[in-house]
Amino acid sequence: MAISFPTICFYLFSAILVFAGLRVITARNPVHAVLYLVLAFFTSGMIWMLMQAEFLAIAIVLIYVGAVMVLFLFVVMMLDINVDKMREGFWRYLPVGLVVAAIMVAEMAMVLNGRYFRLENQPAPQAVDAGYSNAQDLARVIFTDYAYPFELASLILLVAMISAVMLTYRRRESIKHMDPAAQIAVKAKDRLVIHSIPAEKEESGAESTAEVTK
Amino acid sequence: MMDQLLQPFASFFGPLWVVVWTLFKIVLIVAPLMGAVAYMTLAERKVIGWIQVRIGPNRVGPLGLLQPVADGLKLLFKEIISPAKASKELFFLGPVMAIAPAFAAWAVVPFADGLVLANVNAGLLFLMAITSLGVYGVIIAGWASNSKYAFLGAMRSAAQMVSYELAMGFSLVCVLMVSGSLNISEIVTGQGAGRFADLGLGFLSWNWLPLLPMFFVYFVSGVAETNRAPFDVVEGESEIVAGHMIEYSGMAFSMFFIAEYANMILVAVLTAVFFLGGWLSPVGFLPDGIWWLLVKAAVLLFVFLWIRATFPRFRYDQIMRLGWKVFIPLCLLWVLVVGIWILSPLSIWK
Repeated sequence: MAISFPTICFYLFSAILVFAGLRVITARNPVHAVLYLVLAFFTSGMIWMLMQAEFLAIAIVLIYVGAVMVLFLFVVMMLDINVDKMREGFWRYLPVGLVVAAIMVAEMAMVLNGRYFRLENQPAPQAVDAGYSNAQDLARVIFTDYAYPFELASLILLVAMISAVMLTYRRRESIKHMDPAAQIAVKAKDRLVIHSIPAEKEESGAESTAEVTK
Repeated sequence: MMDQLLQPFASFFGPLWVVVWTLFKIVLIVAPLMGAVAYMTLAERKVIGWIQVRIGPNRVGPLGLLQPVADGLKLLFKEIISPAKASKELFFLGPVMAIAPAFAAWAVVPFADGLVLANVNAGLLFLMAITSLGVYGVIIAGWASNSKYAFLGAMRSAAQMVSYELAMGFSLVCVLMVSGSLNISEIVTGQGAGRFADLGLGFLSWNWLPLLPMFFVYFVSGVAETNRAPFDVVEGESEIVAGHMIEYSGMAFSMFFIAEYANMILVAVLTAVFFLGGWLSPVGFLPDGIWWLLVKAAVLLFVFLWIRATFPRFRYDQIMRLGWKVFIPLCLLWVLVVGIWILSPLSIWK
């Protein structure tokens, strides 16, 4: 049986993805865990690329790997996490975790083996011609057929963003703020006056020869 | 003709030919790039020297032309030291993560008509995705070094690079709107059409004129993205010595250095490609060609050095203010302006 190159890539990426996913929850150091999560996102992007969803593949790298995970890493690096303390309750919470995991696996199995979502019902992606643009097709569908749900989703994101800002925003009156417009508008002659003072004789003993006053 | 010349090689390698030929093309891009990086360091020292009425390096070779070779050899023979309490694997992953995106981004850069390693349809997106990975090198290096200065540098750079990436992305959205394509070659050829191009004044039909604020935003954000002066708080010498690369020595250090210069050259070339017509000739009576791209990139690189020798370093909060409160609102406004412009009868992109 000849194995095609994309199939080899698929198994390779899947292996890396599963390994990275496992390491996310087993790595002792939280920073290492986050970096494995980055690897997992990147690899899943590559798998999407194999499925010819190039726009989504690049979008996950651009948004999740390039922006979200950077901030995530930023926060995790700042945290002072005591790993031993966090591991204390491991055995106590394990049964609960296993139940949740089992339910999730069962649900996924039901979806994947369902009547309409069977893998064998899903056609393999068609080979596309050279000029085909995935982004263009996706944009056409989003902004015509699904314009309303799409705008709704963006509105929900906006609300979430504003509420997150409002929750963390605190007005601090005690802090001095600068007004950049006022700073830029300053001219030298408003602040600085240069007086010309005639030179003095040496025996007078005056120390200052020039004076700058406001 | 090219195909005929390559035919004997193709039959020699058989099915592996695609791999061999692609690798050869990668070398054809990376080797001149490394040369450009080396001589960029010399150009920087020379140009800044002249601006400050000094001579600059002039000892090694005629006119100091062998200085980059001497620097490279020196770094190559230096010992690579890693701090005792550093996270070893990540400490050495840092420089790799910095240099890999700086080179990978060149895969989709078109040098002339058809002269591009991968002419992908989503080239612009690929470019934005790859360049957004560059920040990992800095963060990983800063954290793995287990040093306060390095960590401060990494934190500064994470915030700065993520902020300016948004402004860069938005200014590219305008480019994408007027070109109607994510393919970078098509973005360039799209700039060669228009009323002024028909009159033989191609340079007036390039994107820089209708998108003038975006041209400015993109270039300044590019300076900030590459952590160059006046946005070099990441490695501000007078504050945190060398930021994220303070613990690195020898080639590990020079990989950060090469990545910074490769990114600088990348930003210059991309600004030329997106806003200054890439390989297109500015006037009708001169032929198009790769030399135009090189000339435009060289001029922009000179501006990089000129900026460094001219402006004092920004304060950190001022950098954040410029990114979030000036550039991003300006970009959002210009996206709206361009959108209305395209739909109005006055549209020049038909």
